[in-house]
Amino acid sequence: MEAPLRQPARVRGLRLTRTQIRALRIAGVVLLALALLFPLVWVLFLAPTTGAGATSFGSAVHDPKDFLITLLNGITAAGLYFVVASGFTLIFGLMRVVNMAHGAFFLFGGYVALKLQRHLVGEGGAFGLTSSQVNLTNWIVPAIVATAVVGAMGLVMQQLFLRWNQGQDLRQALITIAVSIILADQMLAHFGGVAEDIAWPRNFDKFVNFHVYGIQYTLTRLVILAIAGGIGVLLWLWLKRTRTGMVIRAGVDDRAMVSALGVNIQLTFAIAFFVGSGLAGLGGVIGGSFAGLAPGVDANWLLYSLVVVIIGGMGSLGGAAVGSLLVGLTTNFAASYLPANYTYYSIIFTFVLVAVVLAVRPNGLFGRPA
Amino acid sequence: MTRLVSADRVVGTVALVFAAIAPAVVNAYWVGALLTQMLFLGIVAASLIFLSAYGGMVSLAQVSIFGIAGFVLGNVTTNGNTKGLNLGWDPWLGVVLALAIAVGVGLLFGALASRSVGIYFLMITLTYAVIANLFFGQVTSVSGFGGISGIPTPHIVGSPDAHPNRLYYISLVTALVVYVVLRYVVRAPVGLTLQGLRDDPIRMSSLGYNVPLHRTVAFAFAALVAGIGGVLFAWWNAHIDPASIDLTATIDVLVIAVVGGLYRLEGAWVGALFFVIVNNYSQRIGFIGDRFHTLIGAIFLAIVLVSPGGLIGLWERFVNLFSGRRRGPLDRNPVELGHAEPSV
Repeated sequence: MEAPLRQPARVRGLRLTRTQIRALRIAGVVLLALALLFPLVWVLFLAPTTGAGATSFGSAVHDPKDFLITLLNGITAAGLYFVVASGFTLIFGLMRVVNMAHGAFFLFGGYVALKLQRHLVGEGGAFGLTSSQVNLTNWIVPAIVATAVVGAMGLVMQQLFLRWNQGQDLRQALITIAVSIILADQMLAHFGGVAEDIAWPRNFDKFVNFHVYGIQYTLTRLVILAIAGGIGVLLWLWLKRTRTGMVIRAGVDDRAMVSALGVNIQLTFAIAFFVGSGLAGLGGVIGGSFAGLAPGVDANWLLYSLVVVIIGGMGSLGGAAVGSLLVGLTTNFAASYLPANYTYYSIIFTFVLVAVVLAVRPNGLFGRPA
Repeated sequence: MTRLVSADRVVGTVALVFAAIAPAVVNAYWVGALLTQMLFLGIVAASLIFLSAYGGMVSLAQVSIFGIAGFVLGNVTTNGNTKGLNLGWDPWLGVVLALAIAVGVGLLFGALASRSVGIYFLMITLTYAVIANLFFGQVTSVSGFGGISGIPTPHIVGSPDAHPNRLYYISLVTALVVYVVLRYVVRAPVGLTLQGLRDDPIRMSSLGYNVPLHRTVAFAFAALVAGIGGVLFAWWNAHIDPASIDLTATIDVLVIAVVGGLYRLEGAWVGALFFVIVNNYSQRIGFIGDRFHTLIGAIFLAIVLVSPGGLIGLWERFVNLFSGRRRGPLDRNPVELGHAEPSV
């Protein structure tokens, strides 16, 4: 034990003895453990299918098939969250810029791909294109173009407005909010208020038989997971194995020192902003194919990005992966395993997740103090 | 600032006199639609300015707390064919419960965010805002997508359509009380402590002050103010739905506070007046039409880039130009917008 410190001259508020503090801490840990353990036990063993607390599937022991499907849904949703949030956390980690326009960039990327796909294939029927009309090229080309366009857009925003306000992080956040207001309003004007889908290519629009409990799983969700995994690996290799990545990692730790060593850090900032924004655009293409595009969707995706990086820790790629997984699993299991009359409350679990992590680790699971 | 007659005081007095006689001077539409709206939006923005200017906490959760108070009021006071619980309580009892729940939520939100500062605080409060919006959109037992209609006012207020002046004067008096109390609080020991935490939390902590606790209490107090704004909104609009507290509404109040200047309480109502006038009249300008948010976003961008002190900051520069004083808004710098790093 360290030598006892002298009490400060003035102590405000509650004064507790060491035993009381220890008792409180143990109580907190026990409560937290129960809070984490109970949902697990509930999903695995307790969830009933009848009575007042009836859930749609029942416990995992009772219905392993739907449990596995929910698990897969959570993991694949996490993949999409990761694509969007990794761009957010890349920009934040290097430049301390909270890009509040990330959700609007997401939506814009989706709309660019949607319009390009319609331009390539045709308008389709009353409900837009169906997958049978779209081949692989007609999905991949719009995705690449949208990624590049949104990346360029982020780059322009950074060079025009953010570059000369470096270090003023609140002001930069306000600037990106202003950009998001304008962008969201212009998208409403040009693309309308009706929800629209980007069509998956026909190659993806099928089911995969897992030969486990007779699970037939959609290929599109597995494609999302594969893209997310690929992006995660590429980002990791980029950051750990290349010179640019090395400069970025050094810049995260100490920008001034890196630039004093003669590195052109402005170029690095520009590259990181292009890539980070581009990932929002790519996320928009995938999200637009998966869940549709509409005004207001940008707020949801900004929320997911924020929650993922608040949980995982700002600026940490691994944190973004773990955060995405936690958010994806929490939202999917809450929606499927709450008693049927209470499934509307599943949004609360996202809040509880944020609350629990912030209470234990204010900087997120993998975050370091700024 | 010790002079009895300063430009600020002259303008303030003129504004007050005008506000007091407004129903006799301008038409009922201005009073009922614009000025009343300006007053309660100003109250919400004032709660944000209080937190940012004196606590260093730029909160985006004020609109969600405003909405929570409004939804609670709607749920417990309606008694008819609307969504929600329809408990049919007395409106004043509903106000008490609405404010109590707003403060309770403020304590919870504040406690969770109290160990974060700066943009972290901004991000955490933004998640509160979006989650509150989604909550009321999804939970049909308390609201659902369509929201709650026909929220009754107390007898003394009457229908805002039939008696716009009554709600106007009640809002005016409430806004004045809020302003005076906020001015008092920031000068009281607790307010001075808050400013100490804003400037140097580590030093305050080593002096024995409980930093997170003070931040939490300040946040809950601001939640009370925002809740009062929410009650006035619910009476004025007689309806509240999730769109009243969505991301757009959240950003609107941020725009009001920034346009007013994030560092003086008066700015809240200046910004709100500017906002409602632009909102109301920009549609008549042909090339803007429905693109109000593009316009307000561009104004917001210009203000943030050119004059971080907002309209109040411009006003102070103007006054200082004539009075010859060199004390500008940036000298105070209570909101840590930070200092530009040397270009590298």
